[in-house]
Amino acid sequence: MDKRVFFKGWWLPALLVAPQLLISFVFFFYPSGQAIWNSLFLPDPFGLKTEFVGLDNFRFLLSDPYYLASFKTTIIFSTAVSVSSMALGLYLAALADRLIKGAGVYQTLLIWPYAIAPAIAGVLWLFMFNGNIGLASYYLKGLGYEWNHTLKGDQAMFLVILASSWGRISYNFLFFLAGLQAIPKSIIEAAAIDGASFWKRFGTIVIPLLSPITFFLLVVNIVYAFFDTFGVIHTITSGGPEQSTTILVYKVFSDGFVSQDLGSSAAQSVILLVLVGILTVIQFKYIERKVHY
Amino acid sequence: MMKSIKAIICSIALFAMFAGTAAQAKTEIQWWHAFGGRLGELLDEQVNKFNASQNKYTVVHTRKGNYSETLNAGIAAFRAGQHPNILMVFEVGTASLMAAKGAYVPMYQLMKDAGQRFNPNGFVSAVSGYYTTTDGKMLSMPYNSSTPVLWVNKDLMKKAGLDPEMDLSTWKRVGNALDAAKAKGIDMPFCTCWHSWVHLENFSAYHNIPFASKANGFAGLDTELSFNSPVHIKHIQTLGKWAQEGKFKYMGRRNEAGKNFRAGECMLMTESSAGYAGIKKEAKFEFGIRHLPYYGGTNAPQNTIIGGSSLWALSGKSKEENKATAAFLAFLSTTDIQAKWHQDTGYLGVTTAAAKKTKSAGFYKANPGTDLAGVQMMRNKVTENSKGLRLGSFDQIRGIIDEEMEGVYNGSKTAQVALDSAVRRGNVLLRRFERANK
Repeated sequence: MDKRVFFKGWWLPALLVAPQLLISFVFFFYPSGQAIWNSLFLPDPFGLKTEFVGLDNFRFLLSDPYYLASFKTTIIFSTAVSVSSMALGLYLAALADRLIKGAGVYQTLLIWPYAIAPAIAGVLWLFMFNGNIGLASYYLKGLGYEWNHTLKGDQAMFLVILASSWGRISYNFLFFLAGLQAIPKSIIEAAAIDGASFWKRFGTIVIPLLSPITFFLLVVNIVYAFFDTFGVIHTITSGGPEQSTTILVYKVFSDGFVSQDLGSSAAQSVILLVLVGILTVIQFKYIERKVHY
Repeated sequence: MMKSIKAIICSIALFAMFAGTAAQAKTEIQWWHAFGGRLGELLDEQVNKFNASQNKYTVVHTRKGNYSETLNAGIAAFRAGQHPNILMVFEVGTASLMAAKGAYVPMYQLMKDAGQRFNPNGFVSAVSGYYTTTDGKMLSMPYNSSTPVLWVNKDLMKKAGLDPEMDLSTWKRVGNALDAAKAKGIDMPFCTCWHSWVHLENFSAYHNIPFASKANGFAGLDTELSFNSPVHIKHIQTLGKWAQEGKFKYMGRRNEAGKNFRAGECMLMTESSAGYAGIKKEAKFEFGIRHLPYYGGTNAPQNTIIGGSSLWALSGKSKEENKATAAFLAFLSTTDIQAKWHQDTGYLGVTTAAAKKTKSAGFYKANPGTDLAGVQMMRNKVTENSKGLRLGSFDQIRGIIDEEMEGVYNGSKTAQVALDSAVRRGNVLLRRFERANK
């Protein structure tokens, strides 16, 4: 039963899609085109002169072991952020869904962290784990654990993952809760009558029915971990120590705006563009097939 | 009712017109800088003094973040044609600015065009040399310059059972003091700010060994880093060993450790002489200033080099505005301003007259140790290795050095591996800079 609407002539459809096209052009095609163009040049910082270098910027990047390492860092970071924040979000949503009294209060409080901007969240966590004045680092020291994330890469990584996931848990919680409440009670009750335990019901009914939301959150969380965690990383570690928390986006920023190497920065943007393109294709081609709507 | 509204509109319009002409009569120029806190207040005072001293020009100053952020804001603004008249650039950015011919009006040119009386020889040569071309043309105006010294918490020295006046001239003696402190349970015997600047850049000059070829970059863009010599490695390895043994605590790449020293936690700290303003204000203990330590059996002590910033007049401004810039910069270099700045902040007196004035006013006697930085910088005839550094992309290279040194402190790398890697990675950037600035 295909629904098809035909427009006579071409100007009305053109007019209707024009705003969308215009927005895509201004905010996507134009900047991407600029990035691709700039990635072929080696300019001086002030923009006084520039030289066409072909693919040299890419060669320069791919021969830099720290750039290659930042791919690995990005994968570890975004997987950890997405998985931990989604798992905790789902757990809290499942608990809040079962509440009878005071559900509104819990739900509101759990959503609060989402209202905090990443950079502010970063500073908050930094205060707690600061080597000089941090409460958390003070207690850890009391337990005999030396905390110094300015020097220890794994601790720095842990801290940025923690700070990035924290606000995200609220976001995931909200969507999972909405998803749980949309599941018809009758199905669950029917399963319960048939003798299915809580975990059985959760695994065979709830999770499959939540899959559209889970898929949506997976995409959104990975995009978040890739691009929006900049503020957290910038405030907590600035990518250090030894670039152990430099994810790809942070490197684009630090090479372009801190080091003024715009050619390399543009080349990295292009690589990132391709990478995100591939990731999106994979997500929609393979993972979405497992989603039941 | 209508009448009164009309009257209000008319008066607003009239006021706007007058205000407009009044503003036009004065030439306004912009200065972007990196100073907040106490230094920001002192800078604001200088600007107010200038604005009150004459009625032709107004200087407006804006803080743009830390040194790196200020430089980046200036560069980004230049690309967009929205740049200020005066930009504060820290010593690390000097080579980048110098190479960007056309982005700035050289200081000697600016002063000549404006007919401003200006004597570049009035500056201490160890400072002005940093900002002057090899053929003697001054390109930017030295503003704040400091050099690293050793800060001593005398109370903690006593607690460690040490004589607070003991000889700390060599790293070996410092090491002995740290051993004693550690044995007495002092939590942070040693800390440092600005790792690369103190322990590699100044270390090289002080030991009279090259940091990079081609006279540390002064003689050409085709320079290569060379801070992986045995003496360098020995020092960084020592720091790494101290870090492993808990005698040296790493607090961060910039001046984070200053907080620990001012709070009385750290016994010995290497930090800029300009740490003075903050330490004097906050320290609740007796502190002392010593020369930077060195290793015996080397060429040390030669002299140390500066850190700090200079002021660049950016190009593309009207003749009138350039005149205002020249007048303001000449004002900043006057003896009274310089002497006050030197005494308030611990930065060096960058003009000979200011240093003289400070001495004759008895400041050094009343504040022992404040003259050490100046002495340390000018103790010997400057050599090729101790004139300073002029390396492109150096902010980025410093980042690399910091990264690699973190590897030594946390024990994942030996000093040899870390410094070799820093040299290799830094050279790649130098070649890239050379290519972009041919």
